[in-house]
Parts: sequence; C-alpha cells; structure tokens
Amino acid sequence: MKMMSGAAMVVEALKDVGVTHVFGYPGGAVLDIYDALFAQDDVKHVLVRHEQAAAHMADGYARSTGKTGTVLVTSGPGATNTITGIATAYMDSIPMVVLSGQVPSMHIGEDAFQETDMVGCSRPIVKHSFLVKRAVDIPDAIAKAYYIANSGRPGPVVVDLPKDIVNVQEEHPYVFPTDVSLRSYNPTERGHPRQIKKAVDALMKAERPVLYVGGGAIASDASAQVLEMAEKLSAPVTCTLMGLGAISGTHPQFVGMLGMHGTLEANKTMHNSDCILALGARFDDRVTNNVDKFCPHADIIHVDIDPASISKTVNAHIPVVGMVDKVLDQILEQLVNKDLSAQPDKLKDWWQQISQWRDKKCLTYEQGDTEIKPQRVIESLYKHTNGDAYISSDVGQHQMFAALYYPYKKPRQWINSGGLGTMGFGLPAAMGVQVAHPGATSVVVTGDGSIQMNIQELSTCLQYNLPVKIISLNNRALGMVRQWQDMIYKGRHSHSYMDSMPDFVKLAEAYGHIGIKVNKPDELDDAMAECFSHKDRLVFMDIAIDQNEHVYPMQIKFGAMDDMRLSKTERT
Amino acid sequence: MKRIISVLMENAPGALSRIVGVFSQRGYNVDSLCVAPTDDPSLSRLTIITHGDDKVIEQITKQVNKLIDVLKIVDLTENAHIERELMLIKVATRSEAVRAEVKRNTDIFRARIVDVHANNYTIEITGTTDKLDAFADTVGQCAEIIESSRTGVCGLARGERALRP
Repeated sequence: MKMMSGAAMVVEALKDVGVTHVFGYPGGAVLDIYDALFAQDDVKHVLVRHEQAAAHMADGYARSTGKTGTVLVTSGPGATNTITGIATAYMDSIPMVVLSGQVPSMHIGEDAFQETDMVGCSRPIVKHSFLVKRAVDIPDAIAKAYYIANSGRPGPVVVDLPKDIVNVQEEHPYVFPTDVSLRSYNPTERGHPRQIKKAVDALMKAERPVLYVGGGAIASDASAQVLEMAEKLSAPVTCTLMGLGAISGTHPQFVGMLGMHGTLEANKTMHNSDCILALGARFDDRVTNNVDKFCPHADIIHVDIDPASISKTVNAHIPVVGMVDKVLDQILEQLVNKDLSAQPDKLKDWWQQISQWRDKKCLTYEQGDTEIKPQRVIESLYKHTNGDAYISSDVGQHQMFAALYYPYKKPRQWINSGGLGTMGFGLPAAMGVQVAHPGATSVVVTGDGSIQMNIQELSTCLQYNLPVKIISLNNRALGMVRQWQDMIYKGRHSHSYMDSMPDFVKLAEAYGHIGIKVNKPDELDDAMAECFSHKDRLVFMDIAIDQNEHVYPMQIKFGAMDDMRLSKTERT
Repeated sequence: MKRIISVLMENAPGALSRIVGVFSQRGYNVDSLCVAPTDDPSLSRLTIITHGDDKVIEQITKQVNKLIDVLKIVDLTENAHIERELMLIKVATRSEAVRAEVKRNTDIFRARIVDVHANNYTIEITGTTDKLDAFADTVGQCAEIIESSRTGVCGLARGERALRP
C-alpha cells in the first residue's frame, strides 16, 4: 500500500482517473496540491488569468472530447470565480470536476481568510458536491466525482478540499477504488421495452414525422444512430442550438436549427408534424415559444436520460427514459422487422410541403456594398476552414449567425453556451478545445461585447502557444440587446453601445499575437485567408460589421413555433 | 391539494440542504418537514408536506429523486397511509376552573399532560394535523396558549407497501 500526503493523493487520483489536463490558478489553500503537481508530468496544468476562464476552458475541453474537464482553484475568491463557469456547464449538462481549496477544517465557519462555503454557493448549479473531511477519503471522493460527472445526465461536480487534509507533512495509505458504485444513483440507460414498442408503433404510423435532436444526442455520441434513424424513416431532422452537428448540416434531410432563431422550414416542420421524436432535447422556452400553441397535431415521443426533463414544459405522449444512443439502438432493432420500403412514398407529400417552406430561403440576406454583413463573415469562415474547424462561440447575435450560417459536419464541432448564455465563454472554450486538439483549427466567433469579458486569457494563449483564431464581429454595440431595443423599445438604445472601444489590433499585438482589422466587404476574404495562413499564431480578426443588422428569422413572442418575423418588414 | 412526500436518503452531511434547496430553487411549497435517521443509521427518512397540482407534484418527485443522495421517494397520499404529528403545547392555568377545563379537553382528545407548573400545564398530543389543529383551537378557547411546537407530519404506507433501499 502506497503512503502519501493528501496533496499527492489528489494528483495520484487524477492520474488514476485518467486526467491529462487541469485548468487552474494557485492560492493559499491549494499550495500543497500545486507542489504535488510540480513534481510530475502526467497531469499537465494550464495557468489561466481568471478562474472563470479555467471553468470555461475545462468546459470547452469536455464538449470537444466527451471527457470530463478538470478545474483546480483555491478557496474563497478562487472558488467563487468559477461559479459562472459551473453554472454554464450545469445548464448544458457538461461533465466537469472542480477541485476547490478550502480553509483548514478547524477554521471552517470562522469567517477565516479566503473562506467561502463553496459547497453551499455551488449547490443549485452542481450535479453533486463533496466536502472531503479526511485525507484517506480523497481517492474515493475523486473517483466518485468523475463517475457522477460523466454518467447519466452529465454535469459539474465540486470537490472541496480543506487545507489540513492535503497537508504535505502527513502521510496516509492511498487506495484507489477499483469499482465505483452508489446505491442511491443508478441512471436508467436502456429504454423500457413497452415504451420502445409504443415509440416504434407511433413512428410507423406517422405521416409527418420529424426528429428533434438536442444536446443529449451529442453527449451520448448517438450521431450514427440519429443518421440511421433519419434515413430509415426518410424523416426530416432538426437540431437545437445544443444539438447542431449531431447530423451533418449538409445532409439533405436536415432542415436546420429550430426555435427562436431557427429556420422557417425547421419551425414549420415541427409545428405541422404529426409525430415528434425528441432525442435528448428539453423543450426549453427558446425552442417552444408559447407552449399552449406548441405543435398541436403531434404525438410526442420524448427520449431523455433525465426523467425530470420529460413532461416538464410540454407533455410527452410516449416518454422513454434512457440514453439517446441506447434507446435508438433499441428502436432500430425493432425496425429491422418492419417493411420500410414504402416510407419515402408515404412521406412524399410531407417532403413536398417542406420543400415549399425551404423555397422561402429564410436565411437570405442583403449583401452590403460598403458595410460587411455578419452573415457573410460566417460564410467566409466556413469557406476558409472547409467547414472542418471547431467553432466556439460567445453569446449574442454572432452566436446565432455562427449557428445558422456554418453547417456543422460533426458532433462536438460546435461549442456554445446554449442554456446559460454566458458572454465571455467563447475564448476560453476555444482554448480548451485547442488544448484537447493541438493540431486542429480552433476558432472563436465573438463580438466586441463578449470578447472583453475574458480578454485577459490572450495572455494564457501566449504562454501555452494556443493558436486560436478569434473572429470578432465588431458592431460597436451589444448587438442582440440592440436588436431587441430596436424591435420592442422603439430604437431606444439604452446602454447597449460601447463608446470607447480599444484598438483590438494593438491589443492583440500587446499580448504577443497578430491582429487584423477588416473594414470593407472586399477585404474580407483576403484577410480571412491571411488569418488561417498563420498556423501557429493566435490571430485576432477585428471585423467591422453593419451595426443595424438583425438576426432573422425570429419567433414572434407568445406565438406558435412557426409564427416568425422573416426580416425587418416581413412576417409569416 | 395537500401531499405527503416521503424520501429515503443517505444520512450524509448536506443531503438535507440539497433537498430543501430543490424546493426553494424551483419555487415549490414546503408546509412542514420532518426528518430523522431510520432503523438503518446510514439512511434518513424525510417527510415533506407540500401542495400543488399533479404536474407540480410530479416535478417535485422527479427533481428530488434526481439528487444523488436520494434513494427513493414516494407520494404517500396516492395510497392508504398513516400520518402522525406530535405537538407540545403550553397553556396558562391560573385558576382551578381553567385547570379542570384543560384537563377535561386533554382527556377528550386523548392527549397527556407532561409538565405541571404552578401557572401552566404542558400537554403532549399526537395525531393527524387536523386533530392537532382542533385541539389547539379547543384548548385555546378555555386557556391562554403560551407557546406550542409541532414536529411536522411523518407517515408510512398501510399494509405491505414500504419505502426500503
């Protein structure tokens, strides 16, 4: 039996779990753990400039790999700075473990220096948390934390480590559990056979089916099954913001993203469907619009790992609790015995209808002569990356443009804060992606508002040589806020403009990177080519775009899914 | 509608705050709450009285069941069950007439006087919430209530049903 200090146990347990990268920031309560990290090379540490960014980096790492992201921070402010990052991961069901230092056990509750109740602070936004009270419990707590974070419906787990238990002066026996199980936690992974049969019957009967695919399909790596399902049934597929990439954006049966800024054809298809197969999607308010008017003709089959997501906002007719990949395997097994040759013919009218909606070409926009349109930037980005780049996004108009105008080919290629909508997420997320995939192209699509919420990480990028490409759509305003102010507040732009923008080119240069300013439409493609020619350097593209551009289509508030504005003047 | 939700959970630090947290985070009501370790000391059993429509109750049970510390949850109101609550109530008994009347009501309700002081009686009563309400009401009409404390409801299903790990 190995004897070691609590701090060494933390690092040893991380190795045993298979952690290769930790994103963190040292401080008093975790100095012992940092000392243990110093002596080894298996677990690499990325030193951030702000702990919020550490959580987003671990998040980007997790989203792009499926592996659990790891954060290490000190007590008090170090821990509380991760809160937004933890909440972001929680809302999007991203596996993450946050190791936070804590003041020594005997001082807990005394308002000691840099003390906060991290387990309490994070309670509403974690899947679970541990306050470890004895050094010998460290391996077990860490093993359980990683198991919980990345099983069932994934999510963040906090492990709070008081300073006295990681003390390097005392040694304890280290035993890493060979098997982790909890009597109170057994996620149901396979669907109930009776529900599977009901789902199959409903799908076979359907004349206007649609697959509504969410982040759960990405989390359970169900892309192959989604594709097989779609093709067997000849059914149209729509993805949520979190589900983009679950099926290729260029697949002929893909009708686009659905929801508030979804395509007309996606929302029309949903609204007129007679059978919705929801796969790891949670019918959230940015999808459904008014739930009372939601898809009135459809039988809803809802497949989700989390029973609490089923019938939470919209009643499911056929609930199936289980992992998307496993449930689809079960449904596909049943379909083997069915004659599907008549499917294309049966759905002919449905597809005819869908193609009429597609003919409206809802994503068409007016090309500007003098000003660059944001949509064009994304199209140019697609062209210059062959559609293969990892695209991380911040939050706002640019996020919607990046979701709509860049057809994602693969799962985990599109990284964004869908649930919490965290500005400042994009750059650190793209850095986490780059750490996980050193040779790949990692791009962040951002705006002048979002990028300034974690811009200090440009320094981290230099230290670790992360050649992220920053595509900043600079409209000198908080674009999405401004759009709503235009639409709802008669153009009263209350505090949504930024009057003293930094010179982003000089800023990038000051941090040791390359900055490129783009002002005119005819400069865009050359600048984009230059940007991606710098393989090993971070390039900050500051692209001045049309300030008055809105994101369309857009659902009309309180309406049905397909009640939409198609442009500033046109409605459905 | 009033519901009695019974929860079997790990007797671990933080488990109770997580459950209470679900109620406050999601805007559910807690009318009373009663919790203690079970015959197996590694487990605690918690009984929550709440109210809401079927959809709300379904969400409550699902969201609570989702917590890692929770083993099982059951809505006792769905089936035949026994519910009990205990109240200690201290009333002023400054005259012989009041003492007699309080004693008489105590007997009628099958309650017990558990502490006697020159100027007051403390009475213990067990039963359903309605019975305790009725007793407090009745005794309050003949004597001044100084203070009272109630445990909140605990309950078990009748017959063979049981909440076990």
